Amino acid sequence: MSLVWREALRAMRRAPLLAALSVTAIGFSLFSVGLFGLVALNLREGLRRIEERVEVVAYVLRGTPAETITAASQDIAAFPEVADVQFVPEDEALARARRELVEFRDAYRDLQVNPLPASLEIRLREGARETRHVAAVAERVKGFPFVEDVRYGRDWVERLDQLRNLLAVVGLGIGAVFAAVAAVIIGVTIRLTVLQRAREIAVMRVVGATNWFVRGPFLVEGVLKGLAGGALAILLAWGVFRLASGTSLKALQGLVFFTPLQRAGLLLAGALLGLGASAVSLARELRDA
Amino acid sequence: MIRFAHVEKAYPSGQVALRDVSFSVARGEFVFLTGHSGAGKSTILKLLFAEQRPSAGEAKVGSFLLHALAPRDVPRLRRRLGVVFQDFRLLEDRTAAENVAFALEVTGTPPAAIAPRVLKVLTQVGLAAKLQAYPRELSGGEQQRVAIARALANDPPLLIADEPTGNLDERATRGVFQLLQDINAGGTTVVMATHDLDLVRSARARTIELRQGMVAYDSAVDEAAPGGAP
Repeated sequence: MSLVWREALRAMRRAPLLAALSVTAIGFSLFSVGLFGLVALNLREGLRRIEERVEVVAYVLRGTPAETITAASQDIAAFPEVADVQFVPEDEALARARRELVEFRDAYRDLQVNPLPASLEIRLREGARETRHVAAVAERVKGFPFVEDVRYGRDWVERLDQLRNLLAVVGLGIGAVFAAVAAVIIGVTIRLTVLQRAREIAVMRVVGATNWFVRGPFLVEGVLKGLAGGALAILLAWGVFRLASGTSLKALQGLVFFTPLQRAGLLLAGALLGLGASAVSLARELRDA
Repeated sequence: MIRFAHVEKAYPSGQVALRDVSFSVARGEFVFLTGHSGAGKSTILKLLFAEQRPSAGEAKVGSFLLHALAPRDVPRLRRRLGVVFQDFRLLEDRTAAENVAFALEVTGTPPAAIAPRVLKVLTQVGLAAKLQAYPRELSGGEQQRVAIARALANDPPLLIADEPTGNLDERATRGVFQLLQDINAGGTTVVMATHDLDLVRSARARTIELRQGMVAYDSAVDEAAPGGAP
């Protein structure tokens, strides 16, 4: 085992309470970041589910030949923004209305003539559900001569845009504040370790160890503590997630947890925070010495 | 080995620790730095191992120009000299052997060369039987011997000792001082700061006395000059 690793592990063994304190502090700091991330993740997921319902409906003129509609459907499906196109004939539109609009069921049952037009339901790809894309698709679809009218709920899509932007800005802002607070707490705990080992650093320097050699064990220690803290944060966040998922509140149904990649990201964030905090604390110690 | 020419050391607070200090130390010499507390002894030693830099003048140790030393050269300089402190500065959680080995490990000595070297220097200081003892299990004199062994680990041509007997009783003082003299007899230059005048008088080594940051007396210069010592 290299000296750097040996010294890093030795330091943690020698002061287990301080090491545990550092890991706990890093864990809880990252937990606050992680918990916020989890909330943001679930809000985004909720928003994505709502976005999936964004669609452009093109009402078709009565008497349009089926082949015309089929050919147009294929053209529309080839638009880069479009995920798929579904043709809803008049009969199906009526059947769906009877099924879904319960309060009008009686009115629809007594009809002699089907008043509902056939339509093309155009669903959009993820990333093409903002107002400008939706409006562009609607405009192009409107150009087909057999299309009588196009609807896509402009207000609703615009509000979704605003919500998405708000979530991104607030998420970034609060996330950055949480991360900064976490970095300060981690910096303080690592600084305690550095102060505890001030004599060792002084000895290393006086016998001629290079600054990089002095830094090595501390940086490794910072990374190890950061990783342990990151793992603790994930465990705590998982506990909260399980608790929240187990409740009967409807708003908390269908919650999602971090993907393996996101979990790895949290671990990496812990390692980087540990490394950075160690480097900053040590720079001060080496400057003071 | 050492050359100071008109060296000054002033701190940002305005306090002046050294004023126009000039002296030279030849290879293999044993030199006492004496003077009251605050006279500048420790400052000279700190300049020697580049813990501090001169504010003015020229200072040289071996081939290293201390007044113009690049940060990357500081570890190289320190590997060419050993430093011993009054408070030993041993690592309490390591045995005598580990304390010495630490100095070798952190300076990149090949692992295979460390154990033989540790045994050699601890034998040299008379502690071959206490390799596995922790500092708390050793007397003050023994702890200082471990510190000296650590200072000798890299086989430096210059040993700097800052009040090495300051925390020791009379017997331990004699023992540690004898050890430093033995090391000097082996060819290592020794510069020792002390305010123990009995020790200085008994040793008949070159003495540089400092007063208020200036060289007040240098036996090598003043005793050679007509008129002799004060």
